[in-house]
Amino acid sequence: MVAKLKDVLGHLGGAVTARIWRLGFASRFFGYMLLHSGTALRRFGLTIREIYFAGVLSLIIILVSGLFVGMVLALQGYETLQRYGSSEALGILVALSLVRELGPVVAGLLFASRAGSAITAEIGLMKATEQIAAMEMMAVDPIARVVAPRFWAGVISMPLLAVLFSAMGIFGGYLVGVQLIGVDEGAFWSQMQAAVDVREDILNGVIKSVVFGVAVTWIAVFEGYDAQPTAEGVSSATTRTVVTSSLAILALDFVLTALMFTGGNAR
Amino acid sequence: MNRAAIDIWVGLFVAAAFAGLLFLAMKVGNLASFSTAQTYQVQAKFANIGGLKVRAPIKSAGVVVGRVADVRFDNESYEAIVTFNLDSRFQFPRDTAAKVLTSGLLGEQYVGLEAGGDGVMLKGGDRLRLTQSAVVLENLISQFLFNKAAEDKDAKETK
Repeated sequence: MVAKLKDVLGHLGGAVTARIWRLGFASRFFGYMLLHSGTALRRFGLTIREIYFAGVLSLIIILVSGLFVGMVLALQGYETLQRYGSSEALGILVALSLVRELGPVVAGLLFASRAGSAITAEIGLMKATEQIAAMEMMAVDPIARVVAPRFWAGVISMPLLAVLFSAMGIFGGYLVGVQLIGVDEGAFWSQMQAAVDVREDILNGVIKSVVFGVAVTWIAVFEGYDAQPTAEGVSSATTRTVVTSSLAILALDFVLTALMFTGGNAR
Repeated sequence: MNRAAIDIWVGLFVAAAFAGLLFLAMKVGNLASFSTAQTYQVQAKFANIGGLKVRAPIKSAGVVVGRVADVRFDNESYEAIVTFNLDSRFQFPRDTAAKVLTSGLLGEQYVGLEAGGDGVMLKGGDRLRLTQSAVVLENLISQFLFNKAAEDKDAKETK
């Protein structure tokens, strides 16, 4: 009985210690990556190449999802608003929900599953095929040459994608709301302009997406670098990237929203 | 894919994103309408501001001429002190009246300015003398009920 209890407690303690150790490793990895970012920023061609793979190739999914999210928002929002006779407020609903929440969050989730998983798989596979070890043999720092450019590319791409997602979503909302349902075009845009503040809403949305970009790419490069160098290891690292970064986005979103939007009177 | 093509695609991507940001700032947000214009500050005291909030519009003849900058409570006169940011392009006489109004029946609250006839114009830091508080629906209903009750009583007495 005592031996069984000892066993269970041991497992629990081991699991917790392993988690904390990994967290510490991730933090040290983050610091080391920032220290060795000089190469990524000086030889910017490396980073541009990664922006192409992380950002440009994610454009299609981001733009199409943005369009459809905006269109659905307009349809559902109109259903509810017209019951209270305020269907002109559709523009406000679509714009505020996209710019404040859905733009950064959904773009972040899509970015994590489209680009984050690819980054993890690529770095993990480089490790499995011993390309990373080969680089170290040639006195090339793999963190400066492989990891840092991917990290900065993710951090740069993420806000750009979130902005495009929001813009496309508002266009989708305009298509459905004004062109299909027939909400007055002037009221749609002017009410939106009266309610959306550049600093309070748009800038805060961009700040959110930058934070998500840092979180997602950090998790992606770390999981890739830390993956077991086997086929199985790489696949489980890719899964962990998507799961962890999705959870991180949602949790960070709650914290940031609580800090940024504390209601009209509390300011 | 060669280097030049990648550069072009990334350039297009960044340019599109900045166009998107410009669209958000100009067409969706209120950057084009106000925040760059010169303003001057005027204060007014209200007995009751209802649900007036910071950044609520200030309208004269239905046109937005400024925004509410600050709402405070004066602990000496027990009144609300509202600070207005008015666009410098619009000058108002010194005896302008300010009212807290509601757009529509249940819409947002805003401040309506009615220009007076004074020859001297308002300057930054001035205080508006003539103010009218927000209409509180509960007060209105109770007033209506009291009047109704009084009328019924009068009608009975005259019979």
